[in-house]
Amino acid sequence: MALTAIGTVIALGLTACGGGGGTPAGTGGGTAAAGAKDAFNASLTSVWNPSTKKGGTVKMANPGTWDSLDPGDTYYGYSFNFIRLYGRALLMFKSAPGKDGNTLVPDLAESLGQASDDNKTWTYKLRTGVKYEDGTPVTSKDVAYAVSRAFDKEVLPHGPSYLNELLNWPKDYKGAFKEPDRDISSAIETPDDQTIVFHLKQPFGSFDYIVQMPMTMPVPKDKDTGTKYQEHVMSTGPYMFDTNEIGKSFSLKRNPNWDPATDPNRPALPDRYEVALNVNADDIDNRLISGDLQVEVSGVGMGQAALTRVLNDPALKERTDNPQLQRLWYVSIPPEVKPFDNIECRKAVQFAVDRTSVQRAWGGPLAGGDIATGMIPPSMDGYKQIALYDTPEGKGDVTKAKAALQACGQPNGFETNISYRAERPKEKAYAEALQQSLAKVGIKLTLKPFPQGDYFSLYAGKPAYVQENNIGLAVNGWGSDYPETYGFMQAIVDSRTIRDAGNYNLSVKIPEVDQLIDQIKGEADAAKRTELWSQVDQRVMEEAVTMPGVYARSLLMRGKGLTNVFVSDSQQMYDYVGLGVQ
Amino acid sequence: MTTYIIRRLIGAVIMLLIVSMVTFAIFFLVPRLAGATPESLASRYAGRTATAETQKLIADRLGFNDPLVVQYGRFVKGLVAGSEFDTGASIEQCPAPCFGYSYITQQPVWPDLVDRSRVTLSLAVGAAAIWVFAGVAAGVVSALRRGSFFDRAAMGIALAGVSLPVFFTGMISLVFFSYSLGLTAPGGTYVDFTVNPAQWAYSLILPWITLAFLFAAGYARLTRAGMLETMNEDYVRTARAKGLPERTVVVKHGLRGALTPIVTIFGLDFGLLLGGAVLTESTFSLNGLGKYAIDAITNNDLPKVMGVTLLAAVFVVVANLIVDLLYAVVDPRVRLS
Repeated sequence: MALTAIGTVIALGLTACGGGGGTPAGTGGGTAAAGAKDAFNASLTSVWNPSTKKGGTVKMANPGTWDSLDPGDTYYGYSFNFIRLYGRALLMFKSAPGKDGNTLVPDLAESLGQASDDNKTWTYKLRTGVKYEDGTPVTSKDVAYAVSRAFDKEVLPHGPSYLNELLNWPKDYKGAFKEPDRDISSAIETPDDQTIVFHLKQPFGSFDYIVQMPMTMPVPKDKDTGTKYQEHVMSTGPYMFDTNEIGKSFSLKRNPNWDPATDPNRPALPDRYEVALNVNADDIDNRLISGDLQVEVSGVGMGQAALTRVLNDPALKERTDNPQLQRLWYVSIPPEVKPFDNIECRKAVQFAVDRTSVQRAWGGPLAGGDIATGMIPPSMDGYKQIALYDTPEGKGDVTKAKAALQACGQPNGFETNISYRAERPKEKAYAEALQQSLAKVGIKLTLKPFPQGDYFSLYAGKPAYVQENNIGLAVNGWGSDYPETYGFMQAIVDSRTIRDAGNYNLSVKIPEVDQLIDQIKGEADAAKRTELWSQVDQRVMEEAVTMPGVYARSLLMRGKGLTNVFVSDSQQMYDYVGLGVQ
Repeated sequence: MTTYIIRRLIGAVIMLLIVSMVTFAIFFLVPRLAGATPESLASRYAGRTATAETQKLIADRLGFNDPLVVQYGRFVKGLVAGSEFDTGASIEQCPAPCFGYSYITQQPVWPDLVDRSRVTLSLAVGAAAIWVFAGVAAGVVSALRRGSFFDRAAMGIALAGVSLPVFFTGMISLVFFSYSLGLTAPGGTYVDFTVNPAQWAYSLILPWITLAFLFAAGYARLTRAGMLETMNEDYVRTARAKGLPERTVVVKHGLRGALTPIVTIFGLDFGLLLGGAVLTESTFSLNGLGKYAIDAITNNDLPKVMGVTLLAAVFVVVANLIVDLLYAVVDPRVRLS
């Protein structure tokens, strides 16, 4: 805890405390890191190689590419992390190691949201003096415009749709592109240039978590080029785009109109960020090891080829961190697919599975993750160990499984199919591990791979297809949008999210769970929300409609020459706002 | 000769039309036959939070509800006369030749293809120079010294070159030469020729050698076999009997005779390579056409996949045309009438 606190202070650069502790963020000078000793997991709960030295270039590479650099059109976790370098949302997660990084702090706003008594109206006051890269002052109208343009999912399809669903938009509203002059005061008001008021359809106690997302980063209406805006985003953060070749590379340089006095959250140490896109993943790992590259920006962790090398070399392993992610790999068990309409058959599967083989399939404890017993990952509120389907050493219990099969009326087992995404070898290994486990009790699984691009829209996420094709088990995975349990759980356990196709919740249709979620939405007391989420998790597991696999982990490597490296729990990867260069 | 060229050009255009139809059918007809609806096709461009209504709007806007013939006609018209695309917020121009418009990256495909072609062309030209020189030279020397240590070693290495996939030799050479010895550039550090020719060569030398290693092997074996055959021909004996120097006999008589199949295969190989050296570009993170195609396939970005496919077909057709014309130079027996 003490380490966390010290790390936080250093990361934020609020006070000088020796040993590389900082001067106030954004001021010149600073001290160079003397060099830190490498150690496994050294940056999980504290800052590794703290420094306030400014200058240098951070070299990053991405095995894929951004969905979009437009703050209103992006939904990748690493993008939410990185975008804070060139954009400022109303709030942000504190740039701090470990759990402290889960704390919301004001960014463009002066303070956290002021909620009305019924949690239906949320007001934010903007800081004065915040400017775009061209020197134009940021106003609350720019934030309102940003939110209303992001409403149009036909034009900007990638971003989250929380604000579309939560705010009280006028009837049949189509967004700022199609209805630029529509009165949206039922959803957003800007009584003056520094104030923005959000009106919600129903009470929502966690609204602050929503407005920390990039869609509240201001966009000047006269500079908005619609789908082309990602080619030149108007920066409000410490960095602005220098070059930008979509799909190939981009670089950031310092934004001369960023005033550190308006921004206590960003130390802005490097002079420059260079990001290469669509780089071979194995090549990225090798370059990280050799020191030619400093950050794998997508934060997915090292690939299998490098893992073997790193884990067998103590010197390399000391350069790595193994954070637990707010991501769960699991199997959905649709209760409408026979014989899983009988809860005992679902329980038979839960008891039969060798969970250690599942963990191995995902890459073992370091690269794969920890064996999961419920749907809520350990770092989120509401998590608890659920012992409903515990078996000796986690290796499965054939006796209990057979008893459940007997109760289900299938004493000799049955045949069913398991779907997974064909392009994902670990999902295939997961399905094979389940196939072997369940075969021991007579449940014969046939593997059904489907293309990942259509997995949810045409196959596993389409209830009609699932039923017609007897998909009794469907490999599934889910990550948190923000480190609050609502953001993680609602999409995968609320039955009211289920549509004709494109579902992520494939199997949880429990009215009691839906009621609990409604109760949580209106509950302002965080402790009570936590308790209610535990009840939700317990109920889902009692119904046995999902079978948790692993709470995911990744293995990250600290690039050579970096300073101020730490993993923030909110980002679940290195926090890019804090980084510096030696 | 002119008639021949015109005839071949018309043939090439027809071939490209057929390729475009087949490609279009694969991407737009086959999914429909497999049960895909306009909305499910649109879902690829609609993001993960899209409602059914949004998917329908996008399907309408992208014209997925129109008959396939209309969609194909629109595509061909774009190729010759340019096109306009409604992004929902604005109308984007796609000047001719419009190879499509990516709704994922919100960019016309053609400028991307031109940009990526530079990388692929750089890779292909350098590698081709190495493999043709090394492969043909090794094949000639092996044939002339049949059964020698050089012959056996060269053919052994050639066999290894053919057998080892680029992603294996590429990764091994990257780890050894770039990351351990620091002699060559790491992957993903391509510098354009116009920016710095020396850096351009430095960034490409390892991909050139890796790719050339794969191709040189085949050329060495082909040249060796051809040379062994031609060097036993009567006209070679006659040339020697006339008292011509051995170098002239080998180069002007032996090699020239053995060159015809090599030119043929080179045309095909080079044409295919210009369409994208998928494995080499992926291994070395070169943003050429091959990597562009792979990334497009991964993202289900159909307009890009179609664009690369068509451009690759153009390269192959043109390369073959050039090869046919070169036959006349290499082999005087060929008459282009």
